[in-house]
Amino acid sequence: MIEIRIHGRGGQGAVIASKILACAFFAEGKFVQSFPKFGVERRGAPVEAFLRYDDKKILLRNNIYTPHHLIVLDHTLIEATNVTSGLQKGGWIIINSSKKPQDFCLPDYRVACVDANELAMKYKLGSRSSPIVNTAILGAFAKATQMLKIDSIVTAVIDEVPIKAEDNAQAAKDAFEQTTI
Amino acid sequence: MKKVLMGNHAASWAVKLADVKMIAAYPITPQTQIVEELSEMCGSGELKAKFLKVESEHSAMASCIAASSAGVRAFTATSANGLALMHELLHWASGARLPLVMVNVNRAMAPGWNIWADQSDSLSQRDTGWLQLYVEDNQEVLDTVLQAYYIAEKVNLPVMVCYDAFFLSHTYEAVDIPEKQAVQDWLPPHARENILNTKDPRAFNGLVMPDVYMEMRYKLQQAHEEAVAVVKEAGESFAKAFDRSYSTIETVYCDDAETVLVTSSSTTSPARLVVEALREKGMKIGLMKVRLFRPFPVDDICQVLSGKKKVVVIDRNISFGKGGIFADEIRGAIANDPQAPIIFGYITGLGGRDITPELVEDIVMEAEKNERPERLALWKGLKS
Repeated sequence: MIEIRIHGRGGQGAVIASKILACAFFAEGKFVQSFPKFGVERRGAPVEAFLRYDDKKILLRNNIYTPHHLIVLDHTLIEATNVTSGLQKGGWIIINSSKKPQDFCLPDYRVACVDANELAMKYKLGSRSSPIVNTAILGAFAKATQMLKIDSIVTAVIDEVPIKAEDNAQAAKDAFEQTTI
Repeated sequence: MKKVLMGNHAASWAVKLADVKMIAAYPITPQTQIVEELSEMCGSGELKAKFLKVESEHSAMASCIAASSAGVRAFTATSANGLALMHELLHWASGARLPLVMVNVNRAMAPGWNIWADQSDSLSQRDTGWLQLYVEDNQEVLDTVLQAYYIAEKVNLPVMVCYDAFFLSHTYEAVDIPEKQAVQDWLPPHARENILNTKDPRAFNGLVMPDVYMEMRYKLQQAHEEAVAVVKEAGESFAKAFDRSYSTIETVYCDDAETVLVTSSSTTSPARLVVEALREKGMKIGLMKVRLFRPFPVDDICQVLSGKKKVVVIDRNISFGKGGIFADEIRGAIANDPQAPIIFGYITGLGGRDITPELVEDIVMEAEKNERPERLALWKGLKS
């Protein structure tokens, strides 16, 4: 079983990202389970969402404490919170940032970056002050981890995003091309 | 069609497939998404039902009672303090023999203010005359809400479908959604005599003198006793139509087991992992999931547990001054059996605290080590 944790801020779409990723893995024949951090969410505050996938039915009904990989929707969270808490050594950290992976001091992990804010602006997803980056970052996740096909992400985005589905899908495709590892 | 759905939306889908005609609800976390989705289904016209926004849960239940009295399928959903506010009308719905269906997403009672999983809310409505089913995963949520209408309309009693806050309500997993036509073929249209009808006016629920009331209660109890078989029949016919079977209880490895672990709701899933692992190590352990809580399937449970050495019950609920409620129900059910096992009742996971496989194993091994429980209410996972 693989466990993934998504960090974001309320409004960035971390919960939807976990659902889209679950749909994409499901389309590839996996058993999936995704859920938000069980609690109360506020706009701008740090939020977390989670995903498990496996080749057999998932019977765990508890929180994820030691994820294999992370997705970080806002790179300022790396300084503000302990995002790598419990993260297994060698795990991927996919960061939304205009910086390069080597700019982050995370020696135990593999880091990939994509400027999802810029892609959100390009496709007018959300607003300048509050870009919605949850779809673009999933393209980077597919590129870096190679755990699933970008086509599965694109299909899941089109199925699950209620507005601007094509633009969101294109943002994910662009991110797939622009990810730095 | 398989879709990745949160538990709450699995419930909404079932209500839509059951062709419910009236939905009344008041929002409360963690239930809100059920009725939010239903209101969208009504708004878009894909569900042709009256959606009634009301000012409280008490009014939601009153509206459902009215709609059901008029002979239509009605639905509401709630949690915790919302359910508690309905209390008076829960008695009314069962006493008036109305086949209502309600989802209760199990949430802790306040204070302390807590929105997380805990069965004490619905279990404290134990004696209201409602049937209660506790379900394990999102597929079972959808399937059980459908079965709830089937059962309710056969026994003329209201049915409450209960599942854990967040661990199911907000968790997405794949759910097989049946075809509308298949559901219509399986669930007959709702038709009842003795309904509110302006063309044939009559009075309902008037004053009942002591010479009649007791017989009404007797009939209510009889209906509950008969409902056990109806729940099984619903599960069997559902299996024929949709290839997923359900009953009052489910057992795993119980036949030759010396110890039986008893769970309900989502706690059953990690317990499956633990029982599987302990079996591989050679331990003679089995698992019994209790799905039907009211009526309590006494015969089914005693048949499994009679003659076992130990029974270990996990309760995510508490009756203060006594202990875990499932454990207590089992003690009561098996008390007159000469081969009654020793029963260990553990309380854990209250207010949404995680129940991990490690915690379940810890409980089993502690009970295994001790000859008898030190007290009726044993606690696990308490901070020291």
